[in-house]
Amino acid sequence: MNTIVDILSFDQLEDIVGLIQKVYGFNFSGYSRASLKRRVMRVMQLKNYSVYDLKSILVNQPEFFDYFLAEVTVNVTEMFRDPSFFKSVRENVLAYLASYQHIKVWNAGCSTGEEVYGFSIMLAEENLYDRSFIYGTDINPQVLDFAKRGIYDLKKMKLYSENYLASGASRSLSDYYLAKYDAASIHNELKKNILFSVHNLVSDGVFNEFQIISCRNVLIYFNAELQEKVLRLFYDSLCPLGFLCLGSKEALRNDDLIKKFKVVNKAENIYQKIA
Amino acid sequence: MLRITPNIANKIKKAEVLLLGCSAGGFNIIYDLLTSLTITFPLAVIVVIHRSRNHKSGLEELLAKKGNLPVKLGAHGLKMERGVIYIAPPDYHLLIEPHGDFAVDYSEPVYYCRPAIDVTFESVADVYQDKVIAILFSGANEDGAEGLYYAKRQGGLTVVQDPECAQVKTMPEAAIRMTKTHLVLKDEEIFKLMQHIVTLNNVHE
Repeated sequence: MNTIVDILSFDQLEDIVGLIQKVYGFNFSGYSRASLKRRVMRVMQLKNYSVYDLKSILVNQPEFFDYFLAEVTVNVTEMFRDPSFFKSVRENVLAYLASYQHIKVWNAGCSTGEEVYGFSIMLAEENLYDRSFIYGTDINPQVLDFAKRGIYDLKKMKLYSENYLASGASRSLSDYYLAKYDAASIHNELKKNILFSVHNLVSDGVFNEFQIISCRNVLIYFNAELQEKVLRLFYDSLCPLGFLCLGSKEALRNDDLIKKFKVVNKAENIYQKIA
Repeated sequence: MLRITPNIANKIKKAEVLLLGCSAGGFNIIYDLLTSLTITFPLAVIVVIHRSRNHKSGLEELLAKKGNLPVKLGAHGLKMERGVIYIAPPDYHLLIEPHGDFAVDYSEPVYYCRPAIDVTFESVADVYQDKVIAILFSGANEDGAEGLYYAKRQGGLTVVQDPECAQVKTMPEAAIRMTKTHLVLKDEEIFKLMQHIVTLNNVHE
């Protein structure tokens, strides 16, 4: 009945982190150990591997690493998750940007793309979509392929519709997708100003200048040092007066960074770059 | 039955963290238990209760007002301290880092639950090993059973509310099926255990 195969110690986890860095060049050293350990043990359970098996397969089967990366990084997301956040984006951020000629949005750690399409829908409803471009990036190419297709489980659309309506929406979410069998396929017009691309927040740098950066429930997987490094990357990637959106558990805490941002919405962790 | 054997006394002496987990039907006893703890209670207390992300339960405010110990919502980067009650935040799993800071995680729900008892129990047992006392109460699903199993495997003291006392037996029964826990206790014995913790653990210090 018990599904725990082999207990992974924190020392063994460090070995695996080191091994992945050496063999694949992926640096997990700034990841939260509590969460990472749980994710790695989850892979061991799914595959019924001991610590020894896992290490040897990681070294000897490069194709396993793609699977490992997909399973170890958390890819849980929803469309219009935290409706009050999206409501505030509509009211405080998009209204502010309404006069801008170009609005570039970066959704960092976009996973399977639900939030990217959420932004797409909101920008369309505020008549800003034709002036906008959204970049969805993630460390993991597999989830980006999924995001590009824009096809979601129809069963999930009920929850997403509730979220959408609670976010101050004026229409029905079903206006934006085609339901076919058990799938909901996002309309192509909503995809035309979107680019999904691989970007690793740990190792990659600035690639454009944005009016909005949204990175929610990603920093919780990083240690304080890496969080700060990534927040500086966001700061450097924002235009003057650009907006930074973080997850509900990810308030800015670094004194130096706090000075550079104004709080737009404290509960939703929306900030504006002012210095 | 509550019999403090030398082995159990030893585990109580060493303990640094008390873990409490419940779901349906467990709220009242956990509330009574937490408000009964005195200012001398020597352990950090971490509480995981299944609750909806859409409704504020007001548990933190209620406990802070009625109880004797400080109450905090578990948050990323918060340092765990003895004599403080930490509640798992709605819609996130609550974990602990090797150096004793809390972390939150938005990974898949466990048995449809986030926060999940299994996740917190396993994470804390990983870090605190044999310095953990874990108690599982009433609940309508099997979350917590694996966490308790893991806590025992790591050397912690494991306790289950007697299913006869539990309003919903599924959770304590699942735990007892999976693990030969150290103690299966009636409600009043769980209160007594708290007193033993105060006496034995403070002696140790």
